[in-house]
Amino acid sequence: MAEKPRIGVFVCHCGLNIAGVIDVKKVAEEAKKIPGVVFSTTYVYMCSEPGQQLVIDSIKKYKLNGVVVANCSPTLHERTFRNAAARAGLNPYRVEIANIREQVAWPHEHEPEIATKKAIRIVKATVERVKNNMAYVPYEISVNKKALVIGGGIAGIQASLDIAEAGYEVYLVEKSPSIGGKMILLSETFPTLDCPQCIETPKMTDVSQNPRIHLMTYSEVESVSGYMGNFKVKVRRKARYVDVDNCLGCGACVEACPVKNIPSEVDRGLTNRRAIYISFDQAVPLVPVIDADHCIKLTYEKKVAEGKIKRRSKPGTVKICEKCQDACEPKVINFKDTDKIEEIEVGAIIVATGFDLMPMEKLPEYGGGKIPDVIDALAFERLLAPSGPTHGVPKRPSDGKIPKTVVFVSCAGSRDPAHGVAYCSRICCMYLAKQAMLYKHAVPDGMAYNFYIDIRSNGKGYEEFVQRVREQRDLIYLRGKVSKIFQRGDKVVVWGADTLTGQKIEIEADLVVLSNAMVPSEGAKELAQKLRIPQDEYGWFNGAHLKLRPLETVTAGIFIAGAAQFPKDITDTVSQASGAAAKVISMFAKPKLTKEPLIANVDTEICAGCGICKEQCAYGAITIDPKKKVSVVNEALCEGCGACAAVCPSGAMQLRNLNSKQVIRMVEVLTEDY
Amino acid sequence: MTIKIPYYPGCTLKTTAKNFEDTAKLVAGVFDYEFDELYRWNCCGAVYGLSEDNVMHKVAPVRNMLRVKEVGEKRMLVLCSMCFNTLKRANYYVRRNKDKLEVINAIMYLENTTYDGSVEVVHLLELLRDEIGFDRIKKAVKKPLRGITVAAYYGCLLLRPSEIAIDSVEQPTVMEDLVEALGGKVIDLNVKTECCGSYQTVKRKDIVADRTNFIIGEARKQGADMLITSCPLCHFNLDRRQKEAKKRHPDFKEMPILYFTQLMALAFGFEEDKLGFEPHYVDPRPLLKERGLL
Repeated sequence: MAEKPRIGVFVCHCGLNIAGVIDVKKVAEEAKKIPGVVFSTTYVYMCSEPGQQLVIDSIKKYKLNGVVVANCSPTLHERTFRNAAARAGLNPYRVEIANIREQVAWPHEHEPEIATKKAIRIVKATVERVKNNMAYVPYEISVNKKALVIGGGIAGIQASLDIAEAGYEVYLVEKSPSIGGKMILLSETFPTLDCPQCIETPKMTDVSQNPRIHLMTYSEVESVSGYMGNFKVKVRRKARYVDVDNCLGCGACVEACPVKNIPSEVDRGLTNRRAIYISFDQAVPLVPVIDADHCIKLTYEKKVAEGKIKRRSKPGTVKICEKCQDACEPKVINFKDTDKIEEIEVGAIIVATGFDLMPMEKLPEYGGGKIPDVIDALAFERLLAPSGPTHGVPKRPSDGKIPKTVVFVSCAGSRDPAHGVAYCSRICCMYLAKQAMLYKHAVPDGMAYNFYIDIRSNGKGYEEFVQRVREQRDLIYLRGKVSKIFQRGDKVVVWGADTLTGQKIEIEADLVVLSNAMVPSEGAKELAQKLRIPQDEYGWFNGAHLKLRPLETVTAGIFIAGAAQFPKDITDTVSQASGAAAKVISMFAKPKLTKEPLIANVDTEICAGCGICKEQCAYGAITIDPKKKVSVVNEALCEGCGACAAVCPSGAMQLRNLNSKQVIRMVEVLTEDY
Repeated sequence: MTIKIPYYPGCTLKTTAKNFEDTAKLVAGVFDYEFDELYRWNCCGAVYGLSEDNVMHKVAPVRNMLRVKEVGEKRMLVLCSMCFNTLKRANYYVRRNKDKLEVINAIMYLENTTYDGSVEVVHLLELLRDEIGFDRIKKAVKKPLRGITVAAYYGCLLLRPSEIAIDSVEQPTVMEDLVEALGGKVIDLNVKTECCGSYQTVKRKDIVADRTNFIIGEARKQGADMLITSCPLCHFNLDRRQKEAKKRHPDFKEMPILYFTQLMALAFGFEEDKLGFEPHYVDPRPLLKERGLL
């Protein structure tokens, strides 16, 4: 700041959040004594409209060239006050936040005097920082108006349809052979009992027919480079061995396949599929895929190629099983198909990779997957589904008998920090109620027990639904946790407690359904690394702010939707998918994107090109210029975290408006006697 | 070459469970292990003290560790499940609470040395599984245990809390694997980690008799002829309380309860008089003779 500093300090009460602990008047008074401060005041809610107006008016009245707002965390209102300053004609980057709520008032709730002193120190230090703040202008970035959606469940489908509807192209990448996700596996959906075949398949068809959606099933994201508005993505199109464009979906090849004993992924191992298979009847695309690990022909060819066995005769003279190819009318099966890498360029990415259920092996007290008649809730969905292996009348896996006593177990692994996960999986109370009801519809003389800790039914029509279920005859809700499940003869014994009557309960059941905790889908960790987006301790993707920016990740241009973020029901998933799509559409609607200018900057006179900063950068924003041997910061990729500046041995790398001179001056002020 | 391993017996192994100690020494000898009984060992503490800040209850188990240090060794072999639990938990506690270890060392000021948490507490089943290995055990079998079906019962002390467990807390398999190595048929007992009734056996024989009836009943339903254990207290309850179980439950059928080491000694071909079946309430010999194993 070349001119003489004229700084204004605005101390917020935040109701009683700050003023209840800190003597805000004193903070303002002390601030006024700092050299360079020409004005200071307090206000009850600085972020409110009159509070912001106070800042704007003061900037104009006192000709302020720097502003310090002492309030809450900058992640909440830094942008608010920078925008306010801009409206008053002051460069927004001359505004800084002194956080006296999260860093002072809250942790020092019981020591107001110390808190007030600490607040004054922080305000002083921030004033020193602002004195050396420069004015900057945001960068402009061009944007490639195509989107990539990763994951073809209901979240990915909804997001793709919304973006396409707005007129932009979408690449929808799904790793399994068909889109549809977990939803299409369900029997019916709570609380309205719509079947997914009725409400999801039309959307799946819309996806396949929309000319703006490029559907890439049986494909996975290989690598991602670039930045907001200009991502370059490599997609691995896994070898399907069937020509998607010319296949008629008749299924003759599937009928011909002699390999019949592979546990079906869709039916969660309750039925078997063939080596060439169509995932389910409503699959989109309705095209089979050959499982190369089980196909006789392909495993033989692989062994020959690896030199493990020798081909017994000349190629072409003896046929190793090609029954599917023989059965195929349009001749679209190609055993020589290979994985292909396709490169696409997009401006925005939505991650909608969904969830999995905690594996049974992680629940040893409930049999650990060793008891055939203890199944997870998705398997029971298949048994209840009219399109499932038992056509809607549940039959238990061990002997195919219709179970007359079924026990439903809530919170299997959820809300259990010692053995499973600490969080609530949110949807289990509802789907177990639904499953109990559907079970009673299918087996009217059956007996159902539902063990629960609490019933969490907080959605529109949810509590009414649960009450309706609980009124059913021979359907008993037991409040208590199940302690142990074990086999006794052909029965499954469930031990639990009924905490309402204080009794120990033993039930000899025919079938037990566990609501295994929801966990992030397989591969989420690898994807997070490719996209450089953070996950929480369990592996769920983190939004930029839990409350205010739940759809955006910290990496600009990458959004999240659905259960990839945290367990969600279909309603919330679809809402969030549309929300993420709206974020992408609003990004695409602008001619140019703007990007924060407060990023790392290299003094090329000092930089020796050692590359330590490059190693540190989590965003891949730093390269070393091979000719000049200096670091180069990619302005679009840099998120301004400052890791590079911290490690730079020569001080060549500096963070704008938080350079080492400013930091040292702030430390000096903070450690001064007061 | 003989491997000498510091051995902590505990009170029961010298009295009611003498047959456990004797057969354990026999089977260890097959693999050239010699139990080197610790000089001046004292009570393990019998029950692990749950109060976190009262270190008096941990002095007894920790003091035994000093005996291992004194002979310049790093580990201590234990047979009794109760001793194993108490010793290993106390060891785990002092490793995590160095300040409490200092207090315990101060209490033991008359000792020549101080304890530093360095001793490992090892159960014989761990030694058999991890060091000797089931392959060597399989090779040592002279009389494969054909014709009997065994249930392995763990109770709680080898497995809980999970920090000191020798195997999966909920679904342990080490004894099942051992029986299979001995050529026997073993069931996956559904109640193998259930409570035997423990010290209730002193004042409330009825509770323990009911537990015994339940555990042995479940083993029967699954087709077992006999049950093996590693815990002298479980053994006492499941064996002796069959008398009361029979009175309370007329349908109850007796079942022999063996230490796993007795079964090993049998399979390794030791003579009947070495197997220590005399003190058993339910004599295993008629069954073993019927099945041609004696």
